[in-house]
Amino acid sequence: MEKFTKISGIAAPMPMINIDTDMIIPKQFLKTIKRSGLGVNLFDEMRYDDDGNEIPDFVLNKPAYRDAEILVAGDNFGCGSSREHAPWAIKDFGIRCVIAPSFADIFYNNCFKNGILPIALPQEQVDILMNEANKGANARIEVDLEAQTVSTSDGEVIRFEIDAFKKHCLLEGLDDIGLTMEKAPAIDMFETQASAARPWV
Amino acid sequence: MSPKTLYDKIWDAHLVHEAEDGTSLIYIDRHLVHEVTSPQAFEGLRMTGRTVRAPQRTIAVPDHNVPTTLDRAKGIENPESRIQVEALDKNAADFGIHYYPVSDIRQGIVHIVGPEQGWTLPGMTVVCGDSHTATHGAFGALAHGIGTSEVEHVLATQTLIQRKAKNMKVEITGKLAPGVTAKDITLSVIGKTGTAGGTGYVIEYCGEAIRSLSMEGRMTVCNMAIEGGARAGLIAPDETTFAYCMGRPHAPKGAQWEAALAWWKTLYSDDDAHWDKVVTLKGEDIAPVVTWGTSPEDVLPITANIPAPEDFSGGKADAAKRSLEYMGLTAGTPLSEVEIDTVFIGSCTNGRIEDLRAAAEILKGKKIKEGLRAMIVPGSGLVRAQAEEEGLADIFIEAGFEWRLAGCSMCLAMNPDQLSPGERCAATSNRNFEGRQGRGGRTHLMSPAMAAAAAVTGRLTDVREMM
Ligand code: SF4
Repeated sequence: MEKFTKISGIAAPMPMINIDTDMIIPKQFLKTIKRSGLGVNLFDEMRYDDDGNEIPDFVLNKPAYRDAEILVAGDNFGCGSSREHAPWAIKDFGIRCVIAPSFADIFYNNCFKNGILPIALPQEQVDILMNEANKGANARIEVDLEAQTVSTSDGEVIRFEIDAFKKHCLLEGLDDIGLTMEKAPAIDMFETQASAARPWV
Repeated sequence: MSPKTLYDKIWDAHLVHEAEDGTSLIYIDRHLVHEVTSPQAFEGLRMTGRTVRAPQRTIAVPDHNVPTTLDRAKGIENPESRIQVEALDKNAADFGIHYYPVSDIRQGIVHIVGPEQGWTLPGMTVVCGDSHTATHGAFGALAHGIGTSEVEHVLATQTLIQRKAKNMKVEITGKLAPGVTAKDITLSVIGKTGTAGGTGYVIEYCGEAIRSLSMEGRMTVCNMAIEGGARAGLIAPDETTFAYCMGRPHAPKGAQWEAALAWWKTLYSDDDAHWDKVVTLKGEDIAPVVTWGTSPEDVLPITANIPAPEDFSGGKADAAKRSLEYMGLTAGTPLSEVEIDTVFIGSCTNGRIEDLRAAAEILKGKKIKEGLRAMIVPGSGLVRAQAEEEGLADIFIEAGFEWRLAGCSMCLAMNPDQLSPGERCAATSNRNFEGRQGRGGRTHLMSPAMAAAAAVTGRLTDVREMM
């Protein structure tokens, strides 16, 4: 997995609440058997009209935000379907960090498996960053995972919380499966005990 | 011993390892797999030379992409859908996992097949690369959706890295009024708590109204726990659960059954267990409901009027404005005057036999409104067969419904069953998101009986008027 340490980038504002994974990547793009190439269809139904032309008003189509690496969004981001295609599409577009007041559980977890950092902050702080994001390409936001801070271009520093294990994996780009396989003896032992206790399972 | 919730008990029985910071490794008893969220996981195994650790605990069935038209034996037209289903055929064979191919009568929506075949049992941990895995919680199993990387993790290790969620109790007291169903319960709960109300929690549903539900109804309730933001929903197993499980192909038999039963009977929340959040609804207060917007929390009794954005505050006011525009609705209009174009009865929320019976009861001897498109998609081949045996299929066909083969169908419209822009649908599925049932499609969620009533009148309808 790609490491996440520190980025400094343009942040795109998407103040909508309840941005669901159907919006992030509509189902017609779930038919792929690959993880890559989904970036062009990120937010497809908001981003393109029926003929496939870009809708100029949509934030990621605006010149200032085409290279956004950070997304600042409303409450309950990533709700709905468990599709990992959502973080795959976000990452493929080039976004490495999503900031919102809250995230849906499965989406939140899926981000970490793909080198994306989701940051949950209180609404007032998200509002500050939303204002920053609205300034366009001149206002770069810096996200430092090691220090657990988000800094605005005028030097405001906001601290965020993150699970220590998830932070470690993201900083080091660690593969969960490899880590768990090191615990094989514990899994073997569990299986032996469980099959004695609940042989019908 | 300190008192425990049902969730605590199942969690403790599956804990393989817990790190100091609370990061835990949980053993997974059943892993359900479908064609959309698994190809990349199997590809990952191949690339790293890993195998499926416990193929006997892994069950696969194609459902999202499969055509539901009667001619589906001739194959899947869309090449990408076909490739996904073929990839699952191959992965199931290569890795030696249980498989129900499209041609098998037991094929159906993964969350309907699992319980039907007795794979899902009380006290188990069940995962699937699909958010509606919550459905299996109806058995008192800890069941939740996972992403594709986690699918790969479970395939390779039969475990999942987790942190324990908090405990939330949702109690539905008393009895339901006539015409009110499990779907109305689950929608009403989401209407009350919001789509993020359950985030970070595992919900246990309890109370007299829940106890009185059949297994089918309980599955409907737990199915939509995810729409309320919860990772899982649970209902403690009881005689209803045991009766449903008994005799299923993969349920234990003989002495094993007795042993299982003895353990299952210990699976309930202790009286003085700690709850981090409690929500209570009176069963008597729940009405037949429909959704008006594009979030499952946009729930109102069918007797209500369409709300105005000003009725809400904060971000929800903007969201409501956007919803109303998308849905093509005007504030103040009675919901019962909203005309529909299409009716979809099916999905893992409401595609079981009892749902079809409820719809048939309303449709018996009636015709659907002229010009309406209406389809019933049974949740599995076995549900379809049973509905035919019970004469339900004839009622549907005579009423003017299309009687389809099993699959997810218009619940998410990955197969050709889709809404066109502006088309308005009364649906028994679980998501009314923008574009969910087809680009520009407008979805109103409701119970099977309510959807059947809407099919007859051509508008959103209070089912109680037809009872
Ligand atoms: S029926 Fe709908 S919600 Fe259920 S598994 Fe299929 S697509 Fe998902």
